[in-house]
Amino acid sequence: MLKVQNISGGYGSTPILSNISFEVEKGKMLGILGPNGCGKSTLLKVISGIMKPSTGTVYVDGKEIKDYSPKQLAKKMTVLPQLHATAFSNTVRDTVSLGRYPHQSGFFSSWKTEDEKAVVNAMEQTGVRKFEKAQLEYLSGGEQQRVFIAQALAQCSSLLLLDEPTNHLDIAHQKQILDMIRKEVTNHDLTVVSVFHDINLASLYCDEILLMEDGKVRAKGVPHEVLIDDQIMDVYKARISMQAHPEQPKPQMTILPDLNELAKEKVITVENIKITDEYVECKSAFPLRVLSSAVHNAGLGWYSNFINRTVQQDYNIYQVKEEFLQYLIEEGFSPTNTVGMMTAVHTKNAIVKQYEAPFGSVIVMVTAGIGNAIDVSRSYDRDNKNHVGTINTWVIVNGKLSDEAFVQGMMTATEAKTKALHHEKVYDTISNTMATGTPTDSLLIAATQQGEYMQYGGPITEVGKVIGRGVFEATVEAIQIYRRGALQ
Amino acid sequence: MKRKMFFAYSSSIGILLISIWLGVSIGTAEVPFSTLWDKETNESAYNILWSIRMPRVVLAGLVGAALAIAGAAFQGLLKNPLADPYTLGISSGASVGAVATIFFGLSLPIIGSYSLPFVGMICAFLTMVLVLTFARLVDRTMKMETLILTGVIFSSFLGSCISLMIALTGEQLREIMGWLLGSVSMRGWPYVQMIVPFIIIGTIIIWLNRRELNAMMYGDERAQSLGVNVKKSKYAILAGGSMLTGAAVAVSGTIGFVGLVVPHMTRMLWGADHRHLLVLSFFNGASLLIICDLVSRTIISPSELPIGVITAFIGAPVFSFIFYKQRKSRG
Repeated sequence: MLKVQNISGGYGSTPILSNISFEVEKGKMLGILGPNGCGKSTLLKVISGIMKPSTGTVYVDGKEIKDYSPKQLAKKMTVLPQLHATAFSNTVRDTVSLGRYPHQSGFFSSWKTEDEKAVVNAMEQTGVRKFEKAQLEYLSGGEQQRVFIAQALAQCSSLLLLDEPTNHLDIAHQKQILDMIRKEVTNHDLTVVSVFHDINLASLYCDEILLMEDGKVRAKGVPHEVLIDDQIMDVYKARISMQAHPEQPKPQMTILPDLNELAKEKVITVENIKITDEYVECKSAFPLRVLSSAVHNAGLGWYSNFINRTVQQDYNIYQVKEEFLQYLIEEGFSPTNTVGMMTAVHTKNAIVKQYEAPFGSVIVMVTAGIGNAIDVSRSYDRDNKNHVGTINTWVIVNGKLSDEAFVQGMMTATEAKTKALHHEKVYDTISNTMATGTPTDSLLIAATQQGEYMQYGGPITEVGKVIGRGVFEATVEAIQIYRRGALQ
Repeated sequence: MKRKMFFAYSSSIGILLISIWLGVSIGTAEVPFSTLWDKETNESAYNILWSIRMPRVVLAGLVGAALAIAGAAFQGLLKNPLADPYTLGISSGASVGAVATIFFGLSLPIIGSYSLPFVGMICAFLTMVLVLTFARLVDRTMKMETLILTGVIFSSFLGSCISLMIALTGEQLREIMGWLLGSVSMRGWPYVQMIVPFIIIGTIIIWLNRRELNAMMYGDERAQSLGVNVKKSKYAILAGGSMLTGAAVAVSGTIGFVGLVVPHMTRMLWGADHRHLLVLSFFNGASLLIICDLVSRTIISPSELPIGVITAFIGAPVFSFIFYKQRKSRG
């Protein structure tokens, strides 16, 4: 559809673009990314024919753009620069109708049914038909932008060039406009080339990304091939980190700020852990990075408070989310800053231990209820009912862990717990084999993210060694206390 | 929409016809309606109508129409609500020519007493060529900022030439000032004949670019991507507008306000679509200047006021009223 070959050029004698070549297939969306001043907009101007390159050619549908007449080219290709409402306001309908300009000819240029259909269609696709009689200047920025896009769609060309179509729009309008353009690409084989400022939006909506640097093509390909941490950091000269998108297989980046906060001593000790009649709590003055399988705020996140709450055996588990939230609010915990677990084991049976390690200390908290212990390899024999009895474990590391160290830490802690059950000869009463845990165990790994960076958390790493030993010892003690309590 | 535009055209033409009738019938001498065709009953009224009042009304109408359509085109082209036919400095060129004719007492062979408008038109044309050449020299794409600044430069330079001549003049001062303030009195049919061709050509050139003007409101880049030959259209509109302005100024002096306000009033009433705006401005400009001329010669009769004074006197309150109404109704 679009072929750009060896484009070089720029304003006057200063070259901005050097030797740019790429192709876009019909029905694809290409996003052009790059830092300010890298030549994105200039490239768009060259492709649209507004600026002539010093060397190189642009082909649209196999024909050089300079071989098209202005109107012929306008039927093939629509360019939508960043537009604003004009000094003299027109109605929405008149603005959209202007998109039919290249399709009209003759002295009086009559309005055909085909023109009317294209205009109505474009207004409906963009959802601006309901205010077709309104004056453009009285619409919001998002609505105006939709009107301009409707104008571009009414032009009915198969190639659309956009310059930051969602600039200055709020997220709802960004999504609306890009969803709409994407729909045209997918359903009607529209080809789109768009300059983006927002790397994440480009990644989400484009089939391919062209990354520019100093007027040259740095990389081109599908988003996950181009949007790589190191490459983006190098091109944009900013610290970022790529993450997975929760729904789409597209990378998303976050900025990593360089904040020069006062280096305070950020350490968690056993002093931070308090045991009351109703719960074990750990309160920190700063948020910790946490990975957990808790009841409240499970998953990966940053939290300052952890609680392990003791409930009655007849606690109604079916409304646990709402009830737990209510409980946190009543007890004065910030629901968005607290990870919560639940157990039927009394708080006085909680074991809290602190271990010293070369990188810093590790605190382990365990409550163990083994009334419902289970052998995971034989659980297929069981019914799915919830029974009382659970082992809850906290591991709080005064250190800086990578994501994989968190996951490995979870594994190490789980293995240590299972080993403790074996050591204490805890049996699955149904299969009559050695138990590996309970069906409802919760585990939390938290790290202060201060100090030396630890890439791994497996059993022979410094942190893994402490986790393994600590969880094993604490779990063994907790089981023994639980058994003593059960005997009494 | 269609009904609205039909009403727009019929009311504008209606007002124009009424203005023409008022213009020819009101004055120190009574001229009844029937005089138009009935020569026998009242021969002196017939003569007043056809050889004094009618050419004056037609000239006022043509000048008003030319200034209004040129103003609408320049405002649209420059995307600037403050632009008017005088923004580009063409009028200053025409004025320099006219003032110089009075100052030096020029009288060209053959055309004799019509030297003033003739020199004015020549100077307007030269100024247009200079302004466009200079603007193109500065910036090949002729952005609106370039055009406006070039106009400001030329206007102030030519303005100072006029001031110089005024400062050096003695007995012609009143004549020069009277001309600068603008008037359509005592011109007669030859003046009308002189500007008609320019007004026809200028108006057609601009009207042919009505849809291009609509497209260029969204910027040169967007217009080009819509398939407009931006450079060609710009030249055409500038040349057409300059032709109209030069012709109008050469015969009547620098009558202010019409070219600025009529397009605004028309836009507020009927919208900014140049397909209608240009033609409606043409009619309304004609009506406004005919009425203003009528007022200027009757209000302190038998003396006359300069028409430029009246245009602002009548135009400003009408403009304010429409502006206020329109803002109010849109909230």
